[in-house]
Amino acid sequence: MELLNSIFVAPFVDMAAYPDFLIQVIWEGFVAGVLYSLIALGFVLIYKASGVFNFAQGIMVVFSALALVSLHEAGVPAWLAVVLAIGIMGVLAVSIERLVLRKLVNQHDAILLMATIGLTLILKGVGELIFGGEPKPMITEQLGLPTGSTDWEVFDGIVIFQHIDIAAAVIAVLMVMALGVFFSKTRIGRALRAVADDHQAALSVGISLHQIWAIVWFASGIVALVTGIMWGARSEVSFALEIIALKALAVLILGGFTSIPGAIVGGLLIGIGEKLFEVYWGALFGSGVEAWFAYVLALIFLLFRPQGLFGERIIERV
Amino acid sequence: MTDISQTADAVESLDTQSDVDAPETLRYTEELLRVDNVSLSFGGVNAITDISFNIMKGEVRAIIGPNGAGKTSMLNVINGFYHPQKGVISFRGKPRRRMKPYKAAASGIARTFQNVALFKGMSTLDNIMSGRSLKMHRGFLWQVINIGPARNEEIEHRKRVEEIIDFLEIAHIRKQPVGKLPYGLQKRVELGRAMAMEPELLLLDEPMAGMNLEEKEDMSRFIIDLNTEFGTTIALIEHDMGVVMDLADRVVVLDYGKKIADGTPKAVQSSQEVIDAYLGVAR
Amino acid sequence: MLYREAGQFKTSYAADQAMLPILQDRIGILVILLVAFVGIPVFATDFFMGSIMIPFLVFALAAVGLNILTGYAGQLSLGTGAFMGVGAYSCYKITTLFPDTNIIIAILLSGVFSAIIGVIFGLPSLRIKGLYLAITTLAAQFFLEWCFIRIGWLYNYNDSGAIEVPQRKIFDIAVTGASATPMVRYLVIVSIVAVLSLVAANVLRGRIGRSWMMIRDMDIAAELMGIRPLYAKLSAFAFSSYYCGVAGALMVFMWLGSAEVEAFDINHSFLVLFMVIIGGMGSILGCFLGAAFIWVLPIVMRGLPSLMGLDILAATTEHITNIVIGVLIIFFLIVEPHGLARLWQIGKEKLRSWPFPYASS
Repeated sequence: MELLNSIFVAPFVDMAAYPDFLIQVIWEGFVAGVLYSLIALGFVLIYKASGVFNFAQGIMVVFSALALVSLHEAGVPAWLAVVLAIGIMGVLAVSIERLVLRKLVNQHDAILLMATIGLTLILKGVGELIFGGEPKPMITEQLGLPTGSTDWEVFDGIVIFQHIDIAAAVIAVLMVMALGVFFSKTRIGRALRAVADDHQAALSVGISLHQIWAIVWFASGIVALVTGIMWGARSEVSFALEIIALKALAVLILGGFTSIPGAIVGGLLIGIGEKLFEVYWGALFGSGVEAWFAYVLALIFLLFRPQGLFGERIIERV
Repeated sequence: MTDISQTADAVESLDTQSDVDAPETLRYTEELLRVDNVSLSFGGVNAITDISFNIMKGEVRAIIGPNGAGKTSMLNVINGFYHPQKGVISFRGKPRRRMKPYKAAASGIARTFQNVALFKGMSTLDNIMSGRSLKMHRGFLWQVINIGPARNEEIEHRKRVEEIIDFLEIAHIRKQPVGKLPYGLQKRVELGRAMAMEPELLLLDEPMAGMNLEEKEDMSRFIIDLNTEFGTTIALIEHDMGVVMDLADRVVVLDYGKKIADGTPKAVQSSQEVIDAYLGVAR
Repeated sequence: MLYREAGQFKTSYAADQAMLPILQDRIGILVILLVAFVGIPVFATDFFMGSIMIPFLVFALAAVGLNILTGYAGQLSLGTGAFMGVGAYSCYKITTLFPDTNIIIAILLSGVFSAIIGVIFGLPSLRIKGLYLAITTLAAQFFLEWCFIRIGWLYNYNDSGAIEVPQRKIFDIAVTGASATPMVRYLVIVSIVAVLSLVAANVLRGRIGRSWMMIRDMDIAAELMGIRPLYAKLSAFAFSSYYCGVAGALMVFMWLGSAEVEAFDINHSFLVLFMVIIGGMGSILGCFLGAAFIWVLPIVMRGLPSLMGLDILAATTEHITNIVIGVLIIFFLIVEPHGLARLWQIGKEKLRSWPFPYASS
């Protein structure tokens, strides 16, 4: 009885009693969700265009952010550091395409996934070797990002909004819109969609797979850099992020591997869901449920809807 | 005998359901499989609409029709891979609506596939051995030790498999991984794998697609031998009309998921509806 | 010339189906067993046995477990570390709840618990396929890790949260605990690994192993041929998790002596996965080659700078090791997806015709 009470009644009573705190929790979850969405977004871009399940997306976030911070530490002005970091991601994209993807065309999905796990190790090793393994603060102010916070008095309480969080949400929205325009209005965007639909058909009308792959890896490299900046501004830039980034996999399950809106909705669902669960139900299990909530949610979801939120029903053929 | 009356029914139903005349004489007397008013759709798209036909024990039954007519879907329904929304399938007199594929396999239905579905990481021998899975029963603990019963069982089935390998003339590729074999041989190994199940009903989905004349002749020979020597009932989908006319005892013709003709190859060939379906109608 | 099958005719199917149909292979295995059971205990140092051979064998066994699931049954798993943990914690509970249990039996039994947990987390595999399943195993990994921290009963409510290996003896010889010599521990572990590898090889060659490979290669065709996916997949999960569990128990009881949850984290899952990839998917031999490679490579890398008289930080060599392993993984996937085991086979083919490279096809 007490158990049922603590599952089905007490948390909601708490929510109703302190709505300001509830709003705060949801906002925190929302912002975390935005960052999950951003990682998932980089993932979706690559999966759509090349069918590669890019395990290295998380480390790319860390790598790009570390590159940016380290460049600035070395005395490069912030704006130039951003340009150079973008350049590094471009070089990385081209070399990945040249040295890895090109040689693994037509291989099985699992092989490509494992190749990106190898890539993760390389990026991690190189990153630690060059930039060092210590966590670093993000150069938030130098990049012109807002700091500080605004209090919102509501329901006899205060909800605190960090400005950087608001900026993160705004930037995420802008980036998704930019990507949307890029995909639907430009020549390369059209080619990207063609490649996503059918590699061979795209080849047959003269689209260069190599070029497209380099472009999507570059695009998701930029997404990774933005994610890294935002994430770093909220906490710090460190390799610990790599494990958290695995949660983007759960997001993808929810949203489907090929859907950009899916990645966003999935990310927000998981971000908000896990914060609410941790705060209101966490005590029931002992703390730390955040570590697995996302995966278990995705797992339960998969059992009922294997195709994801926005996917079409799968018809198997023989 | 009840079989005869059943056959009479079958012939009668043929008469009422199609405009093609029933075969003049039917050599086979026992009904093995019966499909009654089966309909299958995927999210509003009708793959099969209200199809009924039967397969007699011992005959070679062909299913033909233009691309997208629902032939493969029909086979998928028969061996339980798709579940029809309407209709009943009876195998050996037992009606069923939903059935798991492995149960269909256990009841004696084997199958080859339109796009070769061999186990690519395994050798020819292992592929055909895999067809014996249902006939092997030694438990886990024997497998662990792998001397005595489990090994004897393996050897016993190996003998059967070697017979099939001889029959199909593929001894030279016995230990080769199937992934690297030429297409014609892969199709042959797939037939061998289905044969290893010693099925009562063998469904062949375009067994000769993409083959040259010589390979087709070989495959036809195997099918005929299989039917006459081993007495296996065969249902095959095939596009090559010459092959169908030579091999099949009876033919059912599908178009847009509907049955448009059913009868002997000769009767079907002269049916106006069939000719229209294949050549198109001037309206 | 060196490795010739000529003249070795088989006159029965039994001989043709033997595990090692070729004489040279049988001699080779015999030599390896002799070295493992006699040569190393007699000649090797404690350091070699305790810090190189024992961990190598632990990881090789875990790799066998993962390879059964991923290489043979085609179900990608990222949760190996957690399943090893289940084995280790089970073994700890068995030895502390029933102190009189023979330690070998406790270790072998602990795999059973791991198998049960494996089956539970394998259940989704009936609906979820391929890469999606990787998420399921990630859920297992993080959920179980959390359990190892939160459920105090598992570590008997220690303040440290670690499991400490108690001293256990067989015939008055200390097998576990501080006073057990590396040689004893090595002999125990090498025996268990040898027997379990033989069992794995037997099962994989028979009906059950074939059903796993059928599911791996073409699950639809397998089902249409009478394989029940439920049995095939869950038995693969159970069998694989059993091996991982025993490996985990051995890791703590025979090697580390005590362990916290970090010993079973996701990095270890990946480590074992790397061994399987580099060793070769779908090869028992590959598990050993991969484990040797991944375990020995860092040790060699650590030793190299001082050998060459260079002064490099330990952390630096670790980073370089990471890079080398990453490059090797990609290299193997590109050049030889079947890993070291396949290279070994190619080598044998070459030896067969040596010194006449064009003698055989």
